[in-house]
Amino acid sequence: MIAAPRAESYVEDLALEALNAAKDAGASYADARIGRYRRQGINTRERQVTGVSDSESYGLGVRALVGGSWGFAATSTMTKEGVVAAATEAARLARAARTVQKRPVELAPTPAVKGTWKTPITRDPLEVPIEEKVALLLAANEAALKVPKVRFVNSGLQLLREEKTLATTDGTLVTQTFVRVGPSFTATALGDGDFQSYTEELAPRGSGWEYVESLGMPANAERWASLAVEKLSAKSVEVGRWDLILHPTNLWLTIHESIGHPTELDRAMGYEANYAGTSFVAPPAKVIGKLRYGPEFMNIQGDRTQEGSLARVGWDDEGVAADRWLIIEKGLFKDYQTTREQSAWIAKLTGVTRSHGCSFADSWSSVQFQRMPNVSLLPNEKDVSLDDIITATDRGIIIRNRGSWSIDHQRYNFQFSGQTFHEIRGGKVVGMLKDVAYQANTPQFWNSMDMIGGKSTYWLGGSFGDGKGEPGQSNSVSHGCVPARFKQVNIVNTGRNA
Amino acid sequence: MASRRVPSSHEAPRSLFGSLAPPLLSREQAKALTDKVLSFAKADETRVVIASDWSGNTRFAGGEITTSGGITDTTLSVVSTTGKRRASVSSNVFDDAALRRTVDLAERLARLAPEDPEIMPELGPQSYTPVDSFIQATADLGPEARADATKRVIQRAGEVGKPAGDVFVAGFLEANAGARAIATSTGLFAYHRSTDVNLSTTVRTPDGTGSGWASGGARDWAKLDPAALGTTAAQKAVASRNPVAIEPGMYTVVLEPQAVADLVPLLGGAFTARAADEGRGTFSKRGGGTRLGEKVMDERVTIYSDPADPDLLAQPFDAEGLPLERRVWVENGILANFSYSRFWAQKQGKEPTGAGGGGGGGFGGGFPGGLKMAGGTKSTDELIAGTQRGILVTHFFYIRFLDQRTVLVTGLTRDGTFLIENGKITKALKNFRWNESPLFMLNKLEELGRAERTAAGQVMPSIRVKDFNFTSLSDAV
Repeated sequence: MIAAPRAESYVEDLALEALNAAKDAGASYADARIGRYRRQGINTRERQVTGVSDSESYGLGVRALVGGSWGFAATSTMTKEGVVAAATEAARLARAARTVQKRPVELAPTPAVKGTWKTPITRDPLEVPIEEKVALLLAANEAALKVPKVRFVNSGLQLLREEKTLATTDGTLVTQTFVRVGPSFTATALGDGDFQSYTEELAPRGSGWEYVESLGMPANAERWASLAVEKLSAKSVEVGRWDLILHPTNLWLTIHESIGHPTELDRAMGYEANYAGTSFVAPPAKVIGKLRYGPEFMNIQGDRTQEGSLARVGWDDEGVAADRWLIIEKGLFKDYQTTREQSAWIAKLTGVTRSHGCSFADSWSSVQFQRMPNVSLLPNEKDVSLDDIITATDRGIIIRNRGSWSIDHQRYNFQFSGQTFHEIRGGKVVGMLKDVAYQANTPQFWNSMDMIGGKSTYWLGGSFGDGKGEPGQSNSVSHGCVPARFKQVNIVNTGRNA
Repeated sequence: MASRRVPSSHEAPRSLFGSLAPPLLSREQAKALTDKVLSFAKADETRVVIASDWSGNTRFAGGEITTSGGITDTTLSVVSTTGKRRASVSSNVFDDAALRRTVDLAERLARLAPEDPEIMPELGPQSYTPVDSFIQATADLGPEARADATKRVIQRAGEVGKPAGDVFVAGFLEANAGARAIATSTGLFAYHRSTDVNLSTTVRTPDGTGSGWASGGARDWAKLDPAALGTTAAQKAVASRNPVAIEPGMYTVVLEPQAVADLVPLLGGAFTARAADEGRGTFSKRGGGTRLGEKVMDERVTIYSDPADPDLLAQPFDAEGLPLERRVWVENGILANFSYSRFWAQKQGKEPTGAGGGGGGGFGGGFPGGLKMAGGTKSTDELIAGTQRGILVTHFFYIRFLDQRTVLVTGLTRDGTFLIENGKITKALKNFRWNESPLFMLNKLEELGRAERTAAGQVMPSIRVKDFNFTSLSDAV
């Protein structure tokens, strides 16, 4: 395939050259990241391929710390001259930033590491012949089109292989290869003056082609498509308070938005104030160990080690080894997501002096900053099944898969939807509803949670692209969870005639 | 760490022009590169697209610069067509061997891709309206000048915000310069350079109850006034302290141009001819046909794209190299035109309008050729003065579709939401969640304010509309 010389020594030499140039230009610390990103996208509709694309991006980004201020420069000119120019520019940027500095950056110590890490896969999705990928998608579309009233089907694959070498002036030198796959499937059914779509929640993963095959898209597509048809005759929801059972295919995103984002330390400190917003989980001194996020049985874990997850790494983009820690313990907020620069801000409150390893950049051309690890709801210690929760519910709605979502800039008020909504009466599923969205305030919502499933109901969802930062960057992150019930949540009707 | 010897550039995989060349490809350099790539191509048809970019950014928070960056990159995409099969491959590695691999891979993927019955042949030579979107002052905006501008924002916001104490000032300044070139094996060559710059700032009061925001964007750095943006954001922060809750419901609103700019571009998909013709579009008629020529908005509403408009100055061609001309979407409230892809235009016997992406420097909101909503003569303050009771909205946040067909979206207000009573701002209000459609909104227009540039390639007016649907309160500041 397309590739410049792959000799690892050449990449390492360039990185070290950049570090030396940054030091020569006055940097007290510098890191150089060389990335090679191979992305492939295939999109289909009905019986045709609407797009096949393949891209490769290769370059170096260097970050320099001069007098306690950061500068970052990136180039695709991968020669000694090119990387030296970038390193010198990074130091120049840092010196300019220093003229508008209040608090010099201090980095938490981290041991120098050398090594390699690779996403464990059986089959590299980028090496799977394109015919095989297209055949899989078109077979799924064909199966869906067999369902009467199903007129449109879209399916696709996003595939990424990321090879990244990080060198720091502290002596770290690591090379990692990440593989991520993101399949998608949507069917649309046309009724009398109406249409309804159903998108299956095909979680993207840090896995190989074997994961895509395990989803059985051609075998399941007919069943998925028939849900779009069923939605045509679903009853429009009655607004008001309902007990909600959120299936893991829906709940993962609610965790992402209402727990993942507000527990990012840079948000809490105002670093995202001009864009993504701040956080209600602030200031740190008032919330660490004090904020009751939810009930006693609620434990939320930050994790960069989980198998198959999108945010799994060997080391983060500052060379910090992958970590796993509790963000919420027994319902109480315990700790934030941090980078080396951020740890010291709260070390006295948490007693944690190391970085939690949440530094990430989405490209060689992007500066690394705090990004979300996998943030997951840990299962009930008792083996509670989804059926157990349904049976225990008198009047409720069970919501599956992600729908529309929106949340405010401090992560209080949110409104989320889903793909399917089933009404529960007297402990039984009695029919399908439509036009459902749940609207709530984050702490009230999580404190209304009164039942969660056990280990056997755990499922790992995730997002291939989560935005944050200026200039905008995209992060891939997974969220594991179990089904959970929330009492008396406000349901709004999003229908056209509402 | 010990230094190891690095091969000098003549041994290394080379970029096309080395580090001393200007970061943006000139027309001649782009032509030489596309000619070379086309000479490697063996497919029936080939399109080469080059994006050569420089970007300089400075981000600040807590009154200091937090990150700053300078990035140069050039990406080349090859779109190969064999019969009715097409695929594209892009790469930023430019030595001859890599270029050949890129072309070969595109051709291989094209052969493997199933036939696309809707494929259109590549375009031949075209002529374009000349548009000068490149301003040297923007391309030259280096780290020191950006730090200085940042300082001016922080300083002024600090002074204006003083009544609230030591305000927290955050923001982002980004300047971009880019060159785009498209060449086809059928003789098309298009080249365009543009710049844009955007500066936004958020000011928060130390008690955590007030937040203000201001933003400006242009092709020309000289058109932005950092201190004025700092002033506006700080004034809003101070005035928005201690907001009170009022019952959600239908309210008359005055939307500042930035708030209008958050909503009107969402209409992009509504003007797509295909969706309308296929019965699934916003402007489809029940039982068949479309609403073309009908009144779909208040008669004072006119919305158009025009790359040559001096306030827009957008790239005059789309991603396929199709020339972009002035397209009026809504004229005096009448649905005047749909957008047609080349395939759908041919099928329906219409002129294609340029549906490909990559329009006007990234701020066109899905409208190649920029986007302008015509304004009236009154300032936002005059709209406020003419309001008996209503809500002033600075801007919106986290907008998501609820229903594509009616363009019904949900979102929140942010950074300065105020109650207007008897023509005056009387109270700061808590933020709201709302469910509303720009289509409904432009049918409920009461008054049109002056239009101003909200970003490079985008012009929007302030407006007053009645019955804006606020659905719940948000505690977020």
